[in-house]
Amino acid sequence: MTSAFGTILKRDLLLALRRRSEIFTVLFFFIVVISLFPLGVGTEEKILQQMAPGVVWIAALLASTLALDRLFSADYEDGTLEKIVLSPSSLSMSVFAKILAHWLLTGLPLVLISPLLGLFYHLPMDSIFVMMFVLFIGTPVLSMLGAIAAALTLGLRGGGVLVSLLVLPLYIPVLVYGAGAISTSMITGVSIEPYVLLLLAFSLLSIVFSPWVTAAALKISLE
Amino acid sequence: MKINWFKYSAPMSFYPLAGKLIPLFWIAAIMLILGGLYWGFFKTADILNDQKQYYRIIYVHVASAWMAMWLYAVMVFWAMLGLIFNTRLSYMLASATAVTGTVMTIIALATGAIWGKTSWGTYWDWDPKLTTFLILLFVYIGYIALQSAIDDVRRSDKASALLALVGLALVPIIYYAVNCPDPTQCASLHQESSLKRVESNILIGMLVTTLGFWMYSFATTLMRARIIVLERERSTTWVSNLPEISLAETSNSKIEARTETRS
Amino acid sequence: MSLEVIKLQCQRGEKELFSELSFALRSKQLMRIEGQNGTGKTTLLRTLCGLYQPEAGEVHWNGKSIKKLGEEYLKDLFYLGHHNAIKADLSALENLQINTALAGETYSEDDLLQALDDIGLFGSEYKPTAHLSQGQKRRVALAGLLLSKAKLWVLDEPFVALDGFAVKLLQEVIAKHIENEGMAILTTHQEVPLTNGEILSISLDLNSSSTGNESTSSDD
Repeated sequence: MTSAFGTILKRDLLLALRRRSEIFTVLFFFIVVISLFPLGVGTEEKILQQMAPGVVWIAALLASTLALDRLFSADYEDGTLEKIVLSPSSLSMSVFAKILAHWLLTGLPLVLISPLLGLFYHLPMDSIFVMMFVLFIGTPVLSMLGAIAAALTLGLRGGGVLVSLLVLPLYIPVLVYGAGAISTSMITGVSIEPYVLLLLAFSLLSIVFSPWVTAAALKISLE
Repeated sequence: MKINWFKYSAPMSFYPLAGKLIPLFWIAAIMLILGGLYWGFFKTADILNDQKQYYRIIYVHVASAWMAMWLYAVMVFWAMLGLIFNTRLSYMLASATAVTGTVMTIIALATGAIWGKTSWGTYWDWDPKLTTFLILLFVYIGYIALQSAIDDVRRSDKASALLALVGLALVPIIYYAVNCPDPTQCASLHQESSLKRVESNILIGMLVTTLGFWMYSFATTLMRARIIVLERERSTTWVSNLPEISLAETSNSKIEARTETRS
Repeated sequence: MSLEVIKLQCQRGEKELFSELSFALRSKQLMRIEGQNGTGKTTLLRTLCGLYQPEAGEVHWNGKSIKKLGEEYLKDLFYLGHHNAIKADLSALENLQINTALAGETYSEDDLLQALDDIGLFGSEYKPTAHLSQGQKRRVALAGLLLSKAKLWVLDEPFVALDGFAVKLLQEVIAKHIENEGMAILTTHQEVPLTNGEILSISLDLNSSSTGNESTSSDD
C-alpha cells in the first residue's frame, strides 16, 4: 500500500523537476493576477490593504483551478492512469499521493511567494504571517476538492473551463474564512482563532474524503 | 407510491404510466397555484396596510425557494438510487429533476430581487439566503454542464450523480460559511424563517401554492424524463412500436422515399 | 488457476457489443480474441481487468468474482493497453522501475537493466523515452512483461509497432509464460506458436449474439 503511494509521489515530483516550467506557469499566473488589481482599482494604501485578503485568495483559487487540468490528464493520455488503477494497492492512497504531489508543486509555491505580494499591498508584518499560515492550511482544500472535479471531467473537450465551473463554487468556505482571517488580523484585539479552526476542520474533512471520492470518480471516467 | 416506482423502474413501463399521470399533475398544479394565489391575493387582504402589499410575492417566492431546495434533495435521491442499484430510470429522473430545480432557483432569485427592490430598496443584496441561492444555481448549472459535456450516457449519468452527492455534502458547509462570514456572529438581512411567526392565513396560501409548484415539478419532470427515455431507448423495439413514434416514422420513410426518387 | 467469464454482456453507448459471452481459461492456455474493428475486443479486455463494468454477467478468478477479490486479483494480473504507460520525460530504466513498483514488485537495478537489455534496448536505458522510436517505446512497456510475476496476462495488440526481431522475442516470452503455468489473453492477428500449451480463440465478429467458442488446440 505504501509502496504505490511512495512510488507515485516520487514519480510526480521527479516529473515536475524535469519539466519545471509547469510549476512556474502557475506561480507567475498567481503573481500576475495579484499585480493587476492595483492597476485596476487604484493604488491607495487603505483600499489595497482592505482588498488584499480577498484578492490573494481569489488569485489562489484561480491559479489552483488552472493547474488542476493537468492533474490526471497527462497520466490519462499516456496510459499510466490505467496502470495506477490496476496496481494492487488502494486506489485512494495512490490518488492521495497524486494530490499531495500536486499541492506540493502548485499550492506550496503560492504560500512561499505570498509575503512578496503582501508587500505589494502594504500589509503589516503580522498579517503577512497570518496570510502565509492560512494559505498553508487552506490551499490543500483547493487541491483536494479540485481533484474530484478534475477526475470527473477527465479527457473531456473543454475540460479545463468545466473544472472551474464545477469547483469554484465549492471553494467558497475556504475563500470566506481564509480572507476573513487575514482581514481580522489587521484589527487589533480580535482573535483569528475561530477562522483558523474552521479552515483546519474543512481542510481535514477534505483530506479524509476527497481521495476516496476522487478514486470513485476516476473509475467512472476511465470506463 | 414507493412500490409503484419500483415496479415501474423499467423505462418501458414507466413511459406509458408517466404519460397518463402528466395531465393529472398539470390539472392539480394549475388548480392549486390559482387557488393558492387567489387565496393569497384576495382572502388575506386586511393584514397589512396598502403600502406593504408587495409582500404578496411571498406566495411565489417562498414556494419556488422551497421547491428549489427540495428538488435538489430529490435529484440527489435519484442519483444515489442510480449509483446503488444501477437503474437507468433513476439517472434519467435525476437529470430531468435538475432542470426543473434550476428553473425554480431562477424564479426564487428573480422574485427575491423584485421583492428586495420594494422592501430593501435594492435588487440585489449579498444577503446570506440570496447568496446561498445563487450558489445553489451554480451547483445546478455545474451538474447540467457536466452531464451535457460527457457524450457517453453511462459515464455522464454516473459522473453527474457523484457530483450531485459531493454538492449535497458541501452545500451545508457553504451555507454556513455564507451565513456566518464572521464565525463569532451570524447575521442575516432576511427575517428568521419561522413558520410559527407567519399568520396562519398567509401560511395557507403559501402551502397551497407550494403544493401547486410541487405538482408542476412532477408534471415537467415526468415530461422531460419521457423525452429522455425516448432519446435513449430509440433503438429498442418497444419505442418503435409506440403509436406516436410509428406515425413519425412513416412520415420519415415517406421523405426518405421521396429523396430517393428525386436522386 | 482459472479465469471464468460468465454470460458477459457489454454495451458501448447504444450499441450492444456482445452478450451471453462465456468462456473459461486455465493454466497453460492462451486465448486469442479475434474480430474486426469496433466489435468490442478492447472493451472485453478492459472488462476482464475490471476497468469496465459489464451490462450483465460476471468475471471470476479462481471461482470468485473479481469485484470481490479486488486487489488480490490485480496482483495476478498484467494488463498492456493501447498506450504504453510510459512517461516521455523519464528514462526507460526509470519507467520500468516505476511500472514494476506499481505492480507491487521490486527489482534490483541490475535486474531491470537486464530486462531492458533482453528486449533489445541496450544503450537506451538512460535516455528519456521521448527520444525513442515508437517501437522502442513499446519495448519499454513490454520489458515489464519479462519481469512480471503475474499469472494472467491481458495484452491488447501487443505486436503493434514491433519489428521482426521484437515480434519473435515477444512470441517466445508469451510461450514461456504459458509453459510456466501462466495464461494469456490477447487481441492480435499474429500467430503465437506454442511448444507446450493450448490455444483457444474466440471471435466477436458478425452478430454479437452468435459468439462461437471454436477452440483450436495445437499441441504439436
